[in-house]
Amino acid sequence: MCRAGFKVILMVSKVDNEKCLRCGGCVSVCPVDCILLDEAKGITVDAKKCTSCGVCVDFCPVGAFSIKKED
Amino acid sequence: MIFKNNYDVVIAGAGPGGAAAARKCAEGGLSVLLLEKRQEIGAPKRCGEGLGLSFVNHIGFKGDDGFVTNMVDSACLVAPNGKEIMAAFPNDKGCILERKMFDKALCYKAAEAGAKIIAKAAVINVLKKNGKIIGVKAKIDGKTFEIKSKIVIAADGVESKIARMAGLNTKNRAKDIDSGFQYEMAGIELENSHRICLYFGNSIVPRGYIWIFPKGKTVANVGIGIAGNRKKTAKEYLDEWIETQPGIKKGSIIEVNSGGIPVGGLLKKMTLDNFMVVGDAAHQVNPLHGGGIDEATVAGELAAQVALKAINSGDTSDKTLQEYNSLWWKTRGKDLEKIEKYRKLVEKLTDEDMNILAGAVSGTALLDFAVGKGETLIKILMKNPKLFKLARHLI
Repeated sequence: MCRAGFKVILMVSKVDNEKCLRCGGCVSVCPVDCILLDEAKGITVDAKKCTSCGVCVDFCPVGAFSIKKED
Repeated sequence: MIFKNNYDVVIAGAGPGGAAAARKCAEGGLSVLLLEKRQEIGAPKRCGEGLGLSFVNHIGFKGDDGFVTNMVDSACLVAPNGKEIMAAFPNDKGCILERKMFDKALCYKAAEAGAKIIAKAAVINVLKKNGKIIGVKAKIDGKTFEIKSKIVIAADGVESKIARMAGLNTKNRAKDIDSGFQYEMAGIELENSHRICLYFGNSIVPRGYIWIFPKGKTVANVGIGIAGNRKKTAKEYLDEWIETQPGIKKGSIIEVNSGGIPVGGLLKKMTLDNFMVVGDAAHQVNPLHGGGIDEATVAGELAAQVALKAINSGDTSDKTLQEYNSLWWKTRGKDLEKIEKYRKLVEKLTDEDMNILAGAVSGTALLDFAVGKGETLIKILMKNPKLFKLARHLI
């Protein structure tokens, strides 16, 4: 909820770690450094930093990213 | 695990670039720590696994080593209209590697020379004092350690964050990174298992190519590299193409790989005080064919050469390490910059252009072009009225 009382819907990049192959290419293209690759956990996106620009969606060789509403 | 808290050189990333730097530094008498975040060096691969035999020799192997699965002697380039151009490799043979074994073999050499190597050891940050890098913070076996060093070399691949943490802008622009996807396939039919095949065409593989690198009579890496911002993902393009190839379609999938390929944005500055960056992390990749094992190795060796001199003279400041920038640009940068220009031309080619090209030029001229020797190709283009406009872009 923003101050004016409107509900703000934030769009963020979401990753499907079942599809993800842990190649890390998205980490290198993210312009705001909001993607983290952990060998064990897979990819995490920092929703606070994400600008939903979609570069990771365009890049991902396996289509593991999508831009969705923030939970 | 025994390691010290102080080294001459700490290297992040045990790929070809990191291993080459570690080996050369250790051979020069420096104390070296090489850290690899993955639990196994060389796996999973993000690579088509092709490398020239002369380069395998350059790093001290004969080519009959366990990591060479197959030798190739020619390439078949397939134009959008299906026309095949054959090109025998004139001066060199090609090796198709098993990266898992190859990367380890490079590390065996580095360890033999005296470098300390630790797998499943991630560099999580750089240590700084008065703004200058004095070592790394690493997570080893679940514990965090501070390890000091005179020089830190970042060889942490395409997803490199260490150079950025150190203060170098190594961010990839989206247009400079290709999206790569590959299956290692077995039980397939290959016309000639000693020939690599490359397929072109904007409808099947926009701004890029599909490759078949045979690892044996019925085994091959079947992969694709394309620009990122396309309608479909690299995987979708490759899957669709495989559907049209009965000999490949019948095979089995042994391994699935993906990766980002930094095919542009060469860096002028790859050094800071006490810090250097090599390999994919420094975008050192052939911008046309996307190969980077040789580029990373050469850069690793040059970085080591400069590090040795700097440490022995007691001055590891940016001013001294900058020799690595100039050495690399003289040795490889100029060529790669030229190839990057070639790539910009190739990106403009329509399928029709490619078909005309395929009818007019020899395979050898195209192979030379891909490594920066475009002169023969330009001569051919100049003579052909339909291709003249293409030649203009190259000159």
